[in-house]
Amino acid sequence: MVLENQDNRNLWEKIGDFFSANSIWMKWYCTGCGAIELPPTMTSRFDMERLGMGPMATPRQADVLLITGYLSSKTLRRVIYSYEQMQDPKYIVAFGSCTINGGIYYDSYATINQLDKYIPVDLYIAGCMPRPEGIMNAFADLITMIKKGQANGWRHYQENYEWYKQNQLDSLKEVIIHDEFHE
Amino acid sequence: MTVMNFVYGFIVLLAAFIFQTALTGVNRKVTARIQKRYGPRWYQQFLDIFKALRKGSITHGWVFDFGVIMALGGIMATVIFIPVAGFEAFPNMDNVFVISYLLAVGMLGMAMSAAGSGNPWASIGVSRALTNMVAYDVPLMIVIFTLIFAFDTASVSEIAAMQQGMGVLGWNAVRMPLGGIVAFIALFGMLGKKPFDSFIAPAEIASGPMVEYGGKHLGFMFILHELMTFIEVSLILSLFFGGGSSILVYAIKYAILYTLVNIISQVMPRFKIDQAVKFFYRVPLVFAIIQGLVVIFLGWGVSVWF
Ligand code: SF4
Repeated sequence: MVLENQDNRNLWEKIGDFFSANSIWMKWYCTGCGAIELPPTMTSRFDMERLGMGPMATPRQADVLLITGYLSSKTLRRVIYSYEQMQDPKYIVAFGSCTINGGIYYDSYATINQLDKYIPVDLYIAGCMPRPEGIMNAFADLITMIKKGQANGWRHYQENYEWYKQNQLDSLKEVIIHDEFHE
Repeated sequence: MTVMNFVYGFIVLLAAFIFQTALTGVNRKVTARIQKRYGPRWYQQFLDIFKALRKGSITHGWVFDFGVIMALGGIMATVIFIPVAGFEAFPNMDNVFVISYLLAVGMLGMAMSAAGSGNPWASIGVSRALTNMVAYDVPLMIVIFTLIFAFDTASVSEIAAMQQGMGVLGWNAVRMPLGGIVAFIALFGMLGKKPFDSFIAPAEIASGPMVEYGGKHLGFMFILHELMTFIEVSLILSLFFGGGSSILVYAIKYAILYTLVNIISQVMPRFKIDQAVKFFYRVPLVFAIIQGLVVIFLGWGVSVWF
């Protein structure tokens, strides 16, 4: 995805982005191996609350969705649901090589290979799995991006909704979830 | 009642919000230090609230929206009746009953709004929150009625003024130690601090009543929570810990009381809701009744140190 470099936000949006950058609530989607790297990032050793970040209980409250590893197509439906429940502005950070190109699951029949065909990823963290230092570094980058107004994935999703929906349908056949919680 | 009263009321409201939000931020740092972390910036709570207000928001129906407004309105109305260090925006209206009824408007608005979101977690959270309220309110109310009986007044500022001039020995918490203990424990329940925070339990019931709030609604809920904390801590401070002779003393005592509650709560586990009710009806209720009997029949701690 191309990041637009020209800054055409008005003053109000700049102030808003300042607040958004300094207070990031996250919801992490515990897929794959990456969820286990987050508790050390949150607790005393790395302490992400220094950056103003903290965990939230539901997607509605959160600003950033963390996809922590490979996604099976079954999980992808839930991820799309969660993402669409979040309130604008919202960001996605994807962890590990599995979300970039499939990683070691590149030829699996059950997982998707390239996450940003389905939902707009603002930032990738390379590694298998990225260590907490890498994660902290990425969050610092995310903060800079939001401050500069470059984390525009959510706008991109709105503008290219058909393209994303088409990709989702191509892989999943239908995005609607059939289980006891969603019917 | 003149225009000036309303201006004062607004000032109290603004000051309460700024003071309590800053204090919450500082306490997040205190919490972090307890957990051997560095912690967020002290003004992080302001950033969080303004961030939430900046975001988009969706509605879950009329009841959901109206409940938020009703809760915020009720709580804001309560704040302006709270006497701060003898200063009242509306003199002679700081009756305990006025405050507790207005507070109920806010609480019910919140319950209504959360239930209006239609999420089952929210309903569980609301039912737990109201159960919790029933649990701490009975012992606390018995102690407060004891105070009203002992001092022949229900005015918060008058009860606060009567405790001043004798230093620590004048505080109701010292004159009536059992009542003081009950009030202090009830403060944990009122603030929803551990061990009585089963109604927000983020990992178990996805933050209970707050589950469907996002963006601006959540921002309003945060403001509401700060103001509610101000009301509750102020009430306990004025009734049991002597209020304050000046604004500065009041602010310092307030900060110490709130921080103490926070520190203790950080090393506590969490009660299940039935355990919390059982606890309140076993220990504080008995203390409250004994305190009431002592004051009514023996008169200890009312006019002088016996
Ligand atoms: S990138 Fe590596 S650590 Fe991450 S989900 Fe894939 S296999 Fe697991």
